[in-house]
Amino acid sequence: MPAAILNASDTENGSAVMAGSVGPRRLQPAPWKDVAFEWLTRIFAFLVFSLLAGILVTLVIGSQLTLQKYGFSFIWSDDWDPVKERFGALVPIVGTLITSAIAMLIGVPVSFGIALFLTELSPGWLKRPLGTAIELLAAIPSIIYGMWGLFVFAPLFQGTLQPWLIRLLGGIPLAGRLFEGPPIGIGMLTAGLILSIMVIPFITAVMRDVFELVPAMLKESAYGLGATTWEVVWRVVLPYTKVGVIGGVMLGLGRALGETMAVTFVIGNAHQLAVSLMAPGNSIASALANEFTEAVGDLYFSALIELGLILFLITTVVLALSKLLLMRLAKGEGART
Amino acid sequence: MSAVLSAIDSSNPLYRSRRRVNFVLLTVSGLALAFGLFWLVWILGTLLYEGGNALARATLYYQMTPPPGADGGIANAIAGSLLMVTMGTLLGTPVGILAGTYLAEYGRGGWLAGATRFLNDVLLSAPSIVIGLFVYSVYVAKVGHFSAWAGSIALALLVVPVVVRTTDDMLKLVPGSLREAAMALGCPMWRMILSITYRAARTGILTGILLAIARISGETAPLLFTALNNQFWSTNLNAPISNLPVVIFQFAMSPYEDWHRLAWGGAALITIAVLLLNIVARALFRKSD
Repeated sequence: MPAAILNASDTENGSAVMAGSVGPRRLQPAPWKDVAFEWLTRIFAFLVFSLLAGILVTLVIGSQLTLQKYGFSFIWSDDWDPVKERFGALVPIVGTLITSAIAMLIGVPVSFGIALFLTELSPGWLKRPLGTAIELLAAIPSIIYGMWGLFVFAPLFQGTLQPWLIRLLGGIPLAGRLFEGPPIGIGMLTAGLILSIMVIPFITAVMRDVFELVPAMLKESAYGLGATTWEVVWRVVLPYTKVGVIGGVMLGLGRALGETMAVTFVIGNAHQLAVSLMAPGNSIASALANEFTEAVGDLYFSALIELGLILFLITTVVLALSKLLLMRLAKGEGART
Repeated sequence: MSAVLSAIDSSNPLYRSRRRVNFVLLTVSGLALAFGLFWLVWILGTLLYEGGNALARATLYYQMTPPPGADGGIANAIAGSLLMVTMGTLLGTPVGILAGTYLAEYGRGGWLAGATRFLNDVLLSAPSIVIGLFVYSVYVAKVGHFSAWAGSIALALLVVPVVVRTTDDMLKLVPGSLREAAMALGCPMWRMILSITYRAARTGILTGILLAIARISGETAPLLFTALNNQFWSTNLNAPISNLPVVIFQFAMSPYEDWHRLAWGGAALITIAVLLLNIVARALFRKSD
């Protein structure tokens, strides 16, 4: 049957039905309201579709000045002197990457442990409350993490763990340089640690979901062969869900790269390139948060917008990759069953 | 047969070492969970402890943000936040629901729906500070001043992807037979969507809206370049407006002790509101299952 609608019973539209006639009389093309509603929804869908491109274009236009003046050298120059109007993005880019790397280094194994506990070990009645509690970590606004980090975590870290880390690891040749310097509480390591707490709920949620996708028969077969719980998870569940797990890690990475407020509070906002993780640094997002409203001069603005553009490009690529991987897992899952 | 038996025999050293590895790693996984919960308890505990005193003072709720050293509250920031969150939700929700409707009802399998769904998921996790930059460039820079409108638009842009996603997901859960039944009765498609599928997916869509409100209530980054801040009471949508997140940011970064106290009060207020919204949304969603 063609996509035609019986006009006779469209009570809004026709009075025919009220006249008492019974049954359809003729088939008509979709009434105008149908067409109008479909186009209304399509226009808004298109709006959402074009938003990402719109942001990209706007940022490119906004950063014209620095794009033309510096070209690609903007990315690897560590100059940042608003007074002399010399700008380079290397310091914030490095800061963003290092803090996110620390976050992943801690966040990924912890998330894996939590997902493992929730899917394989937890008694049924505890699964939901524990899962919800971990998800609530994602609900806490990032500014709260930042404030807590600045007032509570950083002083404590400075007084206890940080001097200990410096004493313990600072003496190691080469690698020790990552941990040298005075314990000042705030800095790249602190920012990375707080980011790691923030990405845990996102990565855990994805891992838990994909672990649940593993067919029970596969796991039971492994248990039947005498495998321990750990062996089942490591050799059956993880290989089966590999793609999805990587997708979840990328999702967390995307979040960490773009996180603004939590990092701004504790990274120290120093425009310097330091080897030590204990030193204050800067990230793209926190440079924007701190400097944008106070920026004077077109070139300064343009440089900041180009920073935003770089951040946007990095996170979009990471998030798109994450989504693609998760889609591949979902598709593979459909093919296998 | 004997080989199989000895493989799980507790005297078999290989089996014992495998059991040991298993025990150690499962314990570590439990510790990982404890690690996660530890931060949650610590952060919420700090908020209640530090914010509790501030919340108990009535001046917090009716006095304006003070200059350093003076007594005051955050009434203007609370009002500004409520205003902008409301406007952002009102602007973003219809857009999100309509776009989500297209994805689930009309565009299934089409290129536009597929691509939009993908880009929307990217948008969902895109850094909110970039949204702030975007609104600054297309609105604030053109109008020439910061305003509550700009802040509301930035928040609306954060609402949209959340609502699109949940509307799409929830409408897809509505059984096709329900749609067919309506169509068979001669109901036009638009009427079917409005009266049948929306109603069937009502709680799910509402959950999405609540989660979106929870998300924008705590957002700071997109407001820094759009709404800015205002020391005084203002409900003018065309002027900079005070709002909780930015006030918390400025007060917490300041060296003044009494500003810190107010910042803790605001932080506790926001967190309580956001967590309540989350819990209500979850309870609502569970009831609909």
